Amino acid sequence: MLEVKGVKTYYLTDEGQVKAVDGVSFAMERGETLGLAGESGCGKTTLALTITRLLPRNARVISGEIYFDGVEILSLDEEEFRKIRWKDISIIFQEAMNALNPVRRVGDQIVEAILLHENVAREEAVDRVMNALEMVGIDRERFWHYPHEFSGGMRQSALIAMALVCNPKLVIADEPVTALDVMVRAQVLKLIKELQSKMDLSMILITHDLSVIAETCDRVAIMYAGKIVEIGDVISIFKDPKHPYTKGLVKAFPSIYGPRELPASISGTPPDLLNPPSGCRFHPRCPHVMDICKVEEPEMKRINGKQYVACHLY
Amino acid sequence: MGMRWHLYKKRLKSTWNVYKRNKKGMVGLTITLIFIFIAIFGPYITPYDPKKIDKTAMWEPPSFKHWLGTDNLGRDILSQLLYGTRISLLVGLFATLISMALGTLIGLLAGYYAESLLGELLERVIDFFLVIPYLPLMIVFATVMREMEIKLPLFWIVIIAIGITGWSGTARVVRSQTLSVKERQFIERARSIGAGDFDIVFRHILPNILPLVFAEAVLTIGGSIIAEAALSFIGLGDPTHISWGMMLNYAFTYAAPLRGAYWFFIPPGLAILILVLGMTLTGYALDEVLNPRLRER
Amino acid sequence: MRRMGKAILMKTVNAIITIFAVITFNFFLFRVMPGDPARVLLPKQVRASPELIEKLRRFYGLDKPLHVQFMNYVVQVFQGKLGYSFAYHEPVARVIMDYIWNTILLVGVGEGIAIILGIILGAVAAWRRGEPFDLTVTALNLIFWSMPEFWLGMVFILVFGRYLKILPISGIVDPWLFHENVFSYVADVLRHLILPSTTLALIMLASYYMIMRNTLIDVTTEDYIRTAKAKGFSEKEILWKHAVPNALLPTVTTVAIGLASVISGALTIEIVFSWPGMGWLTYQAIVRRDYPLLQAIFLITSALVIIANLFADIIYTYLDPRVKI
Repeated sequence: MLEVKGVKTYYLTDEGQVKAVDGVSFAMERGETLGLAGESGCGKTTLALTITRLLPRNARVISGEIYFDGVEILSLDEEEFRKIRWKDISIIFQEAMNALNPVRRVGDQIVEAILLHENVAREEAVDRVMNALEMVGIDRERFWHYPHEFSGGMRQSALIAMALVCNPKLVIADEPVTALDVMVRAQVLKLIKELQSKMDLSMILITHDLSVIAETCDRVAIMYAGKIVEIGDVISIFKDPKHPYTKGLVKAFPSIYGPRELPASISGTPPDLLNPPSGCRFHPRCPHVMDICKVEEPEMKRINGKQYVACHLY
Repeated sequence: MGMRWHLYKKRLKSTWNVYKRNKKGMVGLTITLIFIFIAIFGPYITPYDPKKIDKTAMWEPPSFKHWLGTDNLGRDILSQLLYGTRISLLVGLFATLISMALGTLIGLLAGYYAESLLGELLERVIDFFLVIPYLPLMIVFATVMREMEIKLPLFWIVIIAIGITGWSGTARVVRSQTLSVKERQFIERARSIGAGDFDIVFRHILPNILPLVFAEAVLTIGGSIIAEAALSFIGLGDPTHISWGMMLNYAFTYAAPLRGAYWFFIPPGLAILILVLGMTLTGYALDEVLNPRLRER
Repeated sequence: MRRMGKAILMKTVNAIITIFAVITFNFFLFRVMPGDPARVLLPKQVRASPELIEKLRRFYGLDKPLHVQFMNYVVQVFQGKLGYSFAYHEPVARVIMDYIWNTILLVGVGEGIAIILGIILGAVAAWRRGEPFDLTVTALNLIFWSMPEFWLGMVFILVFGRYLKILPISGIVDPWLFHENVFSYVADVLRHLILPSTTLALIMLASYYMIMRNTLIDVTTEDYIRTAKAKGFSEKEILWKHAVPNALLPTVTTVAIGLASVISGALTIEIVFSWPGMGWLTYQAIVRRDYPLLQAIFLITSALVIIANLFADIIYTYLDPRVKI
């Protein structure tokens, strides 16, 4: 359904080019949930914005192609792409604080999404939105409220409702639960899982929190410094991570039920995307670094079944 | 003491470096400096005595003899313009000093004592002066002061009238800045080691908002210059000194526009326009430099 | 809705208090003049005998204690008795009434044009930030903002009064024209209104343009604009239906603040174009040292601005749902 080929998105700044996404490729099937994991600043959000063509002014897609249902979407006219927006691909933003227009009622904002893409009467749209709100755990009456009258968790849930109300083929969720407190987080995750089964959603779930991925995703791609370093199904990645970075990440989230181990941290500092390290981006922090790692970038190789890794160890 | 001065100089230098890159700021600064230069040296390079009446050369359009022509009494316009630069700038400067002093003081107090009765009262006063139209107020002040026959030359009456009308804008800005700086941690620390109110306001808060006050001042000078022009135009200015506003007054009184004597009134108005534009650009650039968030515009 | 009514009531009371403050200010300011107020209140040309002065003092109640004078003054103001104008030999209130509507017309039309144009131009410029349109219009606005409004008026008089004689440059109606019906009268007034209101509008335009443009640029960086784009709205729809409504709020506030300036601007423009309004009246009052008139003009213009501010405040309350009533 979705095929990303060699996408490179850079930000142009006064100090130079920030290589946020530097050659990313992967594919997704209908009905699967792909997790996208990595530290802050590794390019996950930029990738999401590239797919949805919502990049800010100073960003450029240098190269690459993205195929959605067979159509290359990066080269489409904005007019053309608008037909796909929201109806086929929708996005749930991080930090719902400001994602809703403060001077309009929440319900109206969701209704307008429906009315924009479908030829239905307003009453029907309003009804659908109220149902959607109920489904995400928000009282129907809240339709008439303004965003500032919603709590943070409710706003996030409202954004989820809004993203799903047109029954899109693909939903991209960027850190949907990170800004929420623990209780609300559990509720929203439960909601997402319910919706996955009920609606046969295809979703890309972006987060730095592996535990969220473990709960909700079928496959996961690990990103580092603008590249995907490992991708595979969730169980394999967690049980048997291949890439040193993945190993580090998995170890950093200790299991409550497992033996008492000190969580290991990954040494070194996050990479500078203006001047990324040569060769394998991870080499300055890798415990298994070899000479070749400093010079040549590793290619993505299949390890077993559906697991792929980009590392010179293999 | 030497240490602080050293740090201060460093900060000034880095601010200047950023400012240099601001295109409109540099244009504005250049314009301002040119006018300051004219104000200082202008009167020494005037071809004629601006007050010299020459009945044989009235209403003359620009020529080699009089580059900007003459007015209704044969006085050379160019000379008047050069002389007027000094007056207009001086009035603008002094009036702004008064506005700034008043505005900053009241703004600081209003902000610092915002929760108490004093603060509330001052806030009301600021709002009061903000809502009254400035020209009628200036006219009223100027009229009252003239009638009072104070031993003050008209020149200063004009300056004071402008100064005590224009402080409220600054006061409002200073007040809101004080409110936000007041909440910062270093104020709490200062208070915990026993610093008194006076100390906190003048030694801690004021230095922090000084850059902003400076940017405001630059913008206010522009306003003061236009205010002087308006006051003189209406007839409440100082006829013993030539200012751009007085030139416009004469031009209008003697129907220069209708007579087609463009050289009489276009130069002084243009001078005001360019100088105020220059100061506005400088002020905006300063704002941007001091408040990085604005730079995106 | 009931809470909204209470807020409006509070604001109205506030406005009245402010007007009262202006009255007080007015009273004491003119009493500050040294010398005999009676001499001040007399036309300068009149040589007064001591008996006349005494009579005047009693007439004006100047022999009573200050607070009694003040209260009398306040009462008189609310009765509409604003003093007697020497220059016009009529009660001041009547003089003002003759002229005030012309000023309101001028200011209304001028402000109206300035606000509408300012908002539209500012919105378009913000959306096309950095493009030639933005750069030129912003530069033009800065230029108009930096000029004295009466100078612009003089330039227009030069162009239209001396060279292109297609628009009238003085007065409100042509004194030589005989009007057969209301329509030709109104048309004449409108023709005379063009130049002065355009001058006023051009000067006031700049601040509304700047605030709209700057606020809108800020708004476009907000997340909800990105949400709107993600939902599939067109650029135009995003600009006018999502961004501008949010940018209107600070614009309304700026309009309110600008009300004090627009009256001041109108004053000098009226003088330049001989438009028979409060500004022109002020000029006469100054020249003829008619202080009762001057005092009253100050009071009335301030009151006008305060009332206009009240309306702007109420409009803002309706526009911003976040305002806690």
